[in-house]
Amino acid sequence: MDKKYFINLIFLNLFFSKEVFAAESGGMPQLDPEFWISQIFWLTFTFGILYLVLSKLILPKISANLELRKSQIQENIEAADKQREDSESKLREYDEIISKSKLDAKKIFKETREKALKDINLKKDTLDEQINEELKKAEIEINSLKKTAPEKINKIAIETSSEILKNLMGTEINNSSISAIVDDLSKKNERKYYDN
Amino acid sequence: MAANPMTQFEVYRIGPEIKIGPFDISFTNASLFMIVSSLAILIIFNLGSKKNSMIPSKIQLLAELSYTFVSKMISDTAGSKAKPYFAFIFSLFMFVLFCNMFGMIPYTFTVTSHIIVTFVLAAFIFIGVTIIGFIKHGFGYLKLFVPSGVPIVLLPLIVIIEIISYLSRPISLSVRLFANMMAGHTMMKVFGGFVISLGIVGGWLPLSFSVALTGLEILVAFLQAYVFAILTCIYLNDALNLHH
Repeated sequence: MDKKYFINLIFLNLFFSKEVFAAESGGMPQLDPEFWISQIFWLTFTFGILYLVLSKLILPKISANLELRKSQIQENIEAADKQREDSESKLREYDEIISKSKLDAKKIFKETREKALKDINLKKDTLDEQINEELKKAEIEINSLKKTAPEKINKIAIETSSEILKNLMGTEINNSSISAIVDDLSKKNERKYYDN
Repeated sequence: MAANPMTQFEVYRIGPEIKIGPFDISFTNASLFMIVSSLAILIIFNLGSKKNSMIPSKIQLLAELSYTFVSKMISDTAGSKAKPYFAFIFSLFMFVLFCNMFGMIPYTFTVTSHIIVTFVLAAFIFIGVTIIGFIKHGFGYLKLFVPSGVPIVLLPLIVIIEIISYLSRPISLSVRLFANMMAGHTMMKVFGGFVISLGIVGGWLPLSFSVALTGLEILVAFLQAYVFAILTCIYLNDALNLHH
């Protein structure tokens, strides 16, 4: 008996065990209709008030809050989109300007190059012309000189020979005879002097 | 008597007996927890909707997440036509959820563990849905009992089965919630009783069971509220969009 009491003390079930397993007497309180009407009444009352307050006051507010946030976010997204588009168009403009200026630079370079080439060509042409003219003039001169040179030489030769003869002989000698001799000589040597 | 697993479901009067005619509408512990649950819902959602900040506070986030959760549940199951019934389903879901959750606190009373409460809710839903169905479709709503593509020989049998299943909706809806809550709480009480009767030596096993059961029961409390609300949506869907 002492031992059993001791065990009961350890397991603490001396007092409780009877009550834990003494449940079968009552049955289910849910099926007792004593408070059914009360529960129906209070359920209708509280749930009705809950429904009314939620549907009329609280839920529209939450819904409005959500809508507001949604529209605000939408607005922000739209603003961001607009700004992005703006910056994109600016970038495009900038690109356009750059490409246009590149084209311009190319054009200017080309134009100046062409102009310079043209100038050079023109100057070259005029120079060529001038040179040609000079050459022609020189040739003409040379030719004229060529033509006149023998005559002059002949003349000089005649004059000098007549001088020399005059000095030598002390008499006037007929120029025509001297010129005949000089002509004869010069004709003989002409090829030797001028045909080179 | 405190250790009887069924005593936790006993309803007792708080304060004086109130009678209207032959009906006893005394304030009881059940009434107390209905009011506590409703008040908790109202306080939380009032705080959550009071101030609208761009970045919501925790309580506002809670209210808004609940709102979008229920609204998504309704639009997924009953479509856009169920929008006018959003407030009712939201209140229903929150009421059942809070009653279940308050029942999880020791020494409290679980309102939804009483068949009469769940049955009144389910019967109200059943009658409401039926009325909505008849208003929307007239006698065409009876086509709900005649599924298309069934051989004529089988049709009488199918129609009878459909009618029985339709009429049993409030019973299945109410009994599902009531039985789940009652069974869970009874089991927890029984295991709690084992902890005490087995004492400090053997009580650890039922204690760990009790802890695990508490977690399970919290899950069940949420799940049953969800199931209750989603079945309401499905019944509403039948009434709004006649698919049969």
